[in-house]
Amino acid sequence: MYDIETLYQAKDVGDAVEALKKNPNAVLISGGTDVLIQIREGKLAGASLVSLHNIKELKGIRMEEDQTIWIGPASSFSSIANDPIILDKIPVLAEAVDTVGGPQIRNMGTIGGNVCNGVTSADSASTQFVLNARLELTGPSGIRQVPISEFYTGPGRTVRSHDEVLTGIRIAREDYEGYFGCYVKYGKRKAMEIATLGCAVLVKVTEDKKRIEDLRIAFGVAAPTPIRCYKTEEGAKGMEIGNDLLCFVAENVQSEVNPRSSWRASKEFRLLLIQEMAKRGLAEALGRAGADVTGLKYWENWQNGGEIDA
Amino acid sequence: MGVGAKTTRVDAYAKVTGQAKYTADLMPEDALCAKVVHSTIANGWVKGFDLEEAQKVSGVVKIVTCFDVPDILFGTPGHPWSVEKAHQDVQDRKLLNQRVRLYGDDIAAVIAENEVAAARAARLIRVEYEELPPIPEVEDAMKEGASVLHEEKAGNILAHSRMTVGEGDFEKSAGEEEDLLILDKVYQTQRVQHCHLELPVSFAYQDGNGKLVIVTSTQIPHIVRRVVGQALGMDWGQIRIIKPYIGGGFGNKQDVLYEPLNAFLCLQAGGRCVKMEISREETFTSTRVRHAIKCHVKAAVRKDGTLVARKLEAYSNQGGYASHGHSIVANMANMFKQLYHDEKGMEADSYTVYTSSASAGAMRGYGIPQADFVTEAMTDDIARMLHMDPLEYRLKNCMEDGYRDPHTGITFHSYGLRQCIEKGREKMHWDEKRRLYKDQTGMIRRGIGMAIFCYKTGVYPISLETASCRMVLNQDGSIQLQMGATEIGQGADTVFTQMAAESLGFTEDKIYIVSTQDTDITPFDTGAYASRQTYVSGMALKQTAQMLKERILEYASEMLDLAADTLDIRNNEVVDKKSGDSLLSMKELATEAFYSLSHSVHLTAESTFHCKNNTFSSGACFAEVEVDLAYGQVKVLKILNVHDSGILINPKLAEAQVHGGMSMGLGYGLGECLMYDKNGKPLNGNLLDYKMPTAMDTPNLDVEFVEVEDPTAPYGNKALGEPPAIPVAPALRNAVLHATGVAVDSLPMDPQKLTEAFKKAHLI
Repeated sequence: MYDIETLYQAKDVGDAVEALKKNPNAVLISGGTDVLIQIREGKLAGASLVSLHNIKELKGIRMEEDQTIWIGPASSFSSIANDPIILDKIPVLAEAVDTVGGPQIRNMGTIGGNVCNGVTSADSASTQFVLNARLELTGPSGIRQVPISEFYTGPGRTVRSHDEVLTGIRIAREDYEGYFGCYVKYGKRKAMEIATLGCAVLVKVTEDKKRIEDLRIAFGVAAPTPIRCYKTEEGAKGMEIGNDLLCFVAENVQSEVNPRSSWRASKEFRLLLIQEMAKRGLAEALGRAGADVTGLKYWENWQNGGEIDA
Repeated sequence: MGVGAKTTRVDAYAKVTGQAKYTADLMPEDALCAKVVHSTIANGWVKGFDLEEAQKVSGVVKIVTCFDVPDILFGTPGHPWSVEKAHQDVQDRKLLNQRVRLYGDDIAAVIAENEVAAARAARLIRVEYEELPPIPEVEDAMKEGASVLHEEKAGNILAHSRMTVGEGDFEKSAGEEEDLLILDKVYQTQRVQHCHLELPVSFAYQDGNGKLVIVTSTQIPHIVRRVVGQALGMDWGQIRIIKPYIGGGFGNKQDVLYEPLNAFLCLQAGGRCVKMEISREETFTSTRVRHAIKCHVKAAVRKDGTLVARKLEAYSNQGGYASHGHSIVANMANMFKQLYHDEKGMEADSYTVYTSSASAGAMRGYGIPQADFVTEAMTDDIARMLHMDPLEYRLKNCMEDGYRDPHTGITFHSYGLRQCIEKGREKMHWDEKRRLYKDQTGMIRRGIGMAIFCYKTGVYPISLETASCRMVLNQDGSIQLQMGATEIGQGADTVFTQMAAESLGFTEDKIYIVSTQDTDITPFDTGAYASRQTYVSGMALKQTAQMLKERILEYASEMLDLAADTLDIRNNEVVDKKSGDSLLSMKELATEAFYSLSHSVHLTAESTFHCKNNTFSSGACFAEVEVDLAYGQVKVLKILNVHDSGILINPKLAEAQVHGGMSMGLGYGLGECLMYDKNGKPLNGNLLDYKMPTAMDTPNLDVEFVEVEDPTAPYGNKALGEPPAIPVAPALRNAVLHATGVAVDSLPMDPQKLTEAFKKAHLI
């Protein structure tokens, strides 16, 4: 039995904003996979909820006229993972959201909730960072657009004010066309897991597939908020694809991240993972982009004297 | 049909369709809810409560605190009671405790009309404490000047025992010869939790005649009755325990967890039905865990691979309350002794130490998974020191056929250990893989490792072994079978049905086992633990079946006017013993026996078996792994358990039992660990942060058996319930050692620990 004081089912976005305005203590609930847990734990026990459940305008994925991809924030992880537009244009996002929890969580949890919850471990967040996602917030004074890089203000905190609702996530054509990506999630087990670290990589290679035209790399749990490594990205531009590139990226991201020690993982261990995941994620993305990565993926096969065991 | 058949579980349909009733399914709708208030300090005293705000919550019926409970100390372990005072369990807790001995200790309880009101009130209770420094680890608790958790146990040492074999002096044995190689190491195991699917749950009410009825998810209904009686100072007969189907226990429910408090709260509510549903988080923090044990070991070996002498010094972390107490580490020392032959002798000192952390109790394997990690990690380290193949070293030094424990007298009556080793060697291509995985370089490395074990069957002669069975012939010629032994998911009901069919000459469909134990009705048995039931309770069943069969044949003899010794029962029919010709159906016989106007008799049998025997089961685990050095991850490529558990009553269920145990062993080896912060508060007492393996982390689990008939057993069978969980973690550890050359000396082998070890070894 959940300790919920009141539950208001909003009819539409305007109604939800109104309900939030009326009750400064109300909590927004969408899929409920974070909020209900906090109610059960007692942190939000006795909460008054405003529900976005089944508001049609918040769901779905569509291609806008200028080829911008619009993602309804109340879309579930599993609906995103199986959406034809996502799979065709930004499969890395499908890959990322498919690592969340287990099937039940992915059927209920939403991408909007994932970012509005404000945590650094959100599996979709680092991928949205490399895709330069723009978030649309609707409040009493209208609509505003916020780049995801400006959305997070600290652990569990975002720029969304109490009476604002996330009403759209947009990814522009120039942010996905020609790019290939990879999301690497490191957890202590293969499912039902919060990321110990997450790494999203997006690359565009030159026509001859020998050099980096553009690189974007972001991490979750490498800092209090998801974080992009802009300096490393800048430095990698134009570099030849090969082991030196992987080492350059692995080396340089370390100075841009800021992981902390906790009982879940030490700073040293996270830094080791950051290097390793950067390499593996980048090589995988490069392979997907059609570059020759022979010999780069040293972690894929066990070898003994050159003899590869099937 | 009968023993050895792959009979479908008798409860399969009810469980698969969701129709099987568990405790929560049986709760009356108007039951009151109880919520335990737990301490938020790890060590100290409750000085007082402020209940004012809590009592204002609408729906609160009553709040009971540690100042309101009877001044009675009781013990909770599911041991048979001992009539000798010296052997009785340690009685060291009250229903609610003013002296706080762990974070999450039970200090008060709220009874309310519903769950929300109970939880709200519990959150509003203000507690005033006098706080003492937390002492969650053995080192903290044994430090000079550490606070004493239980007055009568100075220095927090619950017990110390010493055991020797042969010379019994390691330094002497090791000093008598030149050229001996010496191993001197420290190994450590961690706290883990059982994580049974069904949480501890019970409800209690007084029936119209004042009897206190408790329906509960337990492995040990008859013991629960006794402990509730002791804790409340009530006559045991005034209490009635009912045990429906349960969703797992693994030893946590071989402890009397919250039934006494539930009973007390019911009486406090005037006998109204009160239910207690313990949450997952409370289960981690406030029920029982597996003992974390730290061991300092030494071994002396000759260069030809002969084990000369060993020494064990073990420190077992008991947590706040004694529960099963010293039995666990004592069991550990026994297995350390039994598994290998020390030419000159061995010595073992075992300590059980109270600490301010979760109380450790029984958990599948009862100290032997810990013992096996230490013994088998040590064995591979010795073999490595000798440059000897660890399998060959084991064959040279492991326990022999007919082994007899010099202290307990337990004897290996049916020996299959060497066969298990040889079978695994062949199935896993041990010799080829050991060669293939030598001298590797690169980020990804492979290895193969193994571990062997032995395990006794039941608790004789350490403790009493007694079991009862009742059989009633129904009017239609079918059998009503009642066991005091309990079904806890392991398939007991099914194998008992098969045993009854076997011994009576019936088919399984004519045996109706009563799954529920009700202490007012069910014959006595101490319950499901120690892998004892097929052996001990099976003996009671066999004896009872023989009695009933005799009575049936006596009646048949009367009906047929033939001598009883010329008759037998086969396929539910009375037959001519020699020819096998059918003479009378059981249905005809039963109908006549019930309704005969000349000689009506109800054919029943009931008997108790006092078991004064024991035997060893044994086995081995083989694991082939692939280690990702930088990620610190161990991927299990192939894993095989080979078991020497005597004749299998039901090979399909036996295999399933092994699968479950192996899964538990994988978690123990690779990820599970209940952690505490510096204030003695659990850090990861929930299923998100406590890393049990998921289905996706679990490789194919291969199972093989070596079936050697045990002459002391009712059907040639011996222990299998617990053994599968025992050898997995050390086999994985030894495989990682083979793959990387890095010896990991503590569990679990989690990624961070592994990367730290690999860095130290300059592998990354």
